[in-house]
Amino acid sequence: MGAELAQILQLAVNGAAIGSIYALVALGLVMTYKATEVLNFAHGDILMASAFIGWGLIAVAKLPFWVAVLVTIVIAAFAAYLLDAVILRIIVGQPQFAGVMLTIALAFMIRGLVAMTFGPASRSYPTPWEGQTTHIGPVVVSNLNLVIVAVALLVTALLFLFLKHTALGTAVQAASQNQLAAYLCGIRVKRLNSLVWAIAGAMAAVAGLLLAPIALVDIGLWFVVLKSLAALVLGGFGSMPGAILGGLTIGMVEQFAGVYLPDGFKDVVAYLVLIGVLILWPRGLLGEAHGRRV
Amino acid sequence: MRFHYDTSYLDSGRLLRYPSEKASYGILLLVMLALPWILPRFYVGEITYLCILAVASLGLMVLTGFTGLVSLGHAAFVAIGAYAHAWFMTKGIPFAGSIIMASAAAGMVGFAIGLPVIRVSGLYLAMVTLAFAVVIEHVIGRWSSVTGGHTGLPVLSPSILGYDLGGLVPFYYLCLGILVAVVLGLHNLLSDRTGRAFIGVRDSEAAAAGLGIWTAGYKVLAFVISASVTGLAGALMAHKMQYLTPEGFGLTLSLELVLMVVIGGLGSLRGAVLGAILIGLLPTAISKLKPLLPSFLSAQFGLESFLFGLILAVFVLFEPGGLNARWMKLKLLFQTFPLYRKDTYRRGRSYMKSERYR
Repeated sequence: MGAELAQILQLAVNGAAIGSIYALVALGLVMTYKATEVLNFAHGDILMASAFIGWGLIAVAKLPFWVAVLVTIVIAAFAAYLLDAVILRIIVGQPQFAGVMLTIALAFMIRGLVAMTFGPASRSYPTPWEGQTTHIGPVVVSNLNLVIVAVALLVTALLFLFLKHTALGTAVQAASQNQLAAYLCGIRVKRLNSLVWAIAGAMAAVAGLLLAPIALVDIGLWFVVLKSLAALVLGGFGSMPGAILGGLTIGMVEQFAGVYLPDGFKDVVAYLVLIGVLILWPRGLLGEAHGRRV
Repeated sequence: MRFHYDTSYLDSGRLLRYPSEKASYGILLLVMLALPWILPRFYVGEITYLCILAVASLGLMVLTGFTGLVSLGHAAFVAIGAYAHAWFMTKGIPFAGSIIMASAAAGMVGFAIGLPVIRVSGLYLAMVTLAFAVVIEHVIGRWSSVTGGHTGLPVLSPSILGYDLGGLVPFYYLCLGILVAVVLGLHNLLSDRTGRAFIGVRDSEAAAAGLGIWTAGYKVLAFVISASVTGLAGALMAHKMQYLTPEGFGLTLSLELVLMVVIGGLGSLRGAVLGAILIGLLPTAISKLKPLLPSFLSAQFGLESFLFGLILAVFVLFEPGGLNARWMKLKLLFQTFPLYRKDTYRRGRSYMKSERYR
C-alpha cells in the first residue's frame, strides 16, 4: 500500500471524526427546524455553553468524567426546553425572520453570559482517551476520534429508534408534518416542540463535549453551527439522513482541502460548498423538491 | 390624528407636506449643523460614526426592509467599499472620484452576488449571504498585495480641491452631507415606482409577478442599490478607522447591521437611522455605565454582547415594528391625546403559517 493511499485514508478518518460532529449539530438543527420551523442560530451557543459547563464540572468541580457528561447533557436539555417553552413560544405564528432574529438574540445573550461567567480564556479538560491511539492497517487513529464516530453513530441510532419505533417519536413526526392535524388527534404539540428542543439541546451538549477536546473550550466553538449549516444545505435542507451525509462530506472535504488545495482554503471550503450548492443545486443530496406555493 | 387631504396630484409626492414637519426637520437640520459648536469633540466623533453607520443601515434597509431579502453578510459590502476606496486613493485617484468608484465597485459585487443568489429566498438567502461574508473576510485576509492582509492598510486623509477634510469637524460635515443625500435619494427612489415594486416583491412575490412586475430584476436591483449604498458607508468608515484590517469587517458587523435594521423597524428609512443611533451608541453607553455597576459585572467583556442580545430579543418579542413603530405610537398618543386607545395597535391572533415551501 502506497504512502499516498495511507494519507488519503488517514485524512478520511480524521474527516469522518470532525464530520460526525458536524452531522450531530446538523441533526439537532434539522430536528428543531422540522418541528418548530425555527432555524436555531443559538444551537452553536448551546453547544459552546455546554462545553464550558462540562469543563467546569470536570476540571473545577472534579466530578468523574461520565457523571459530568451526564449532568451537562441534562442541564443543556433542560435549558433548551425552557428556551422553547418560555421564549420561543411567544413568536409562534410570526414570519420565519422573527425566529431567525430571536435565536440570533439568544445566541448573543448566551455568548455574553458565558463570557461573563468564565472569562475569555481558552481551556481544555482531560478525557479518558488522552494520547491513546489505535492502528488500523496503515492508519493511526486517536482513540478520541474513534469515540467521536462511535458516539455520533450511537446518538443517531437512538434518535432513529426513537422517531420510528416509539409512540412519542411518531407523535413528533406527526406534529412536524402538520401541527393542526396533530393537535386535533390529541397530540400535545406545544409540549412536543419543547421536547424536540430539549433533545436537540442534549445533542448539542454531546457534540460540544466531543468537540471541546479537539478544539479547546472556547467562545469561538459556536462557529461550528455555520459549518453545520453548510452540511445541512449540502445534504438537503430538512432531511435527517441528508444532514448526516452532508456533515460527513463537509468534514472530509475540509480535511482534503487542507492538504490538496492552496493554503487558506481549509477555512472557507465549507462556505464555498454552501454557496455553490444553494445556487446551483438548492435541493441538495437527499432533499425534497422545493415547490412554490402561492 | 391627521388625514392626508390631497388637492393636487403632486401633493402625495411632496417631501415635507405640513408646516409642522417642515419646522421639525428644519430644527433637526439646524441642530445637526450647529453640533460641532455645542458638543465636546469626543461626541462630534461619535456622531460622525453614527452618521456612517446610518448610511450602512439605510443600505441594508433597502434590501431587507423594503424588498424582504434577508442579508446576514452586509459587512462584506462595507469591507469592499472601504478597501476599494483606500486602494483607489493610494493609486492617486482624488477623493470624490474614489468614493464614487468604491461605491460602484461594491454595487458591482452586489450585482455579481445578487444575480445568482436571488434564486433562493428566505432562510437560504440568509445562509448564502452569511457564507459570502465569511469568504470575503478570508479573501481580504489572504490577498495581501492589494489589501495588506492581516497587517492592515493605512487610509489617506480625504481632501477635495486641495481642502483637507480629514479634521474632525470637516469630516463630520462630509458624513452628515452624505447621510442627508442618501436619505433624500432613497426616499425619492422608494416612494416611486421602484420602491413600490420592492414592497410588492416583499409582501407577495407571486402577486407582484402577477401584476407584471419583473420580480427577478427588481430583486437584483435592490441588491445593487443596497450594496452600493453600503459600500459608500464603507468608504467613509475607512477614513473613520484610518487603518483597515479584515477583523473590523467580521460577522459581528454584519449582525450589528441586521440588528440596526430590525430594531429600527423593517420597512422605514427613519427606522434605519434610529436603529443605527441606538446600536452605535450602545458600546459608548455601556462604557459610560460601567463605573456605576458593581465590579463583578463591569469587569466582564461579555456584557456588551449580552445587552445586544437582550435588546434585540425584547424588540422581536414585544415590539416587532421596532423603534419606528414605537415612534408612530408615541406620535399618535400626543396627537389624539385624551382619546388614544392602546387597542389601536393590538396584534390579532395569528396562526402558524408554513414557509417551508417558499
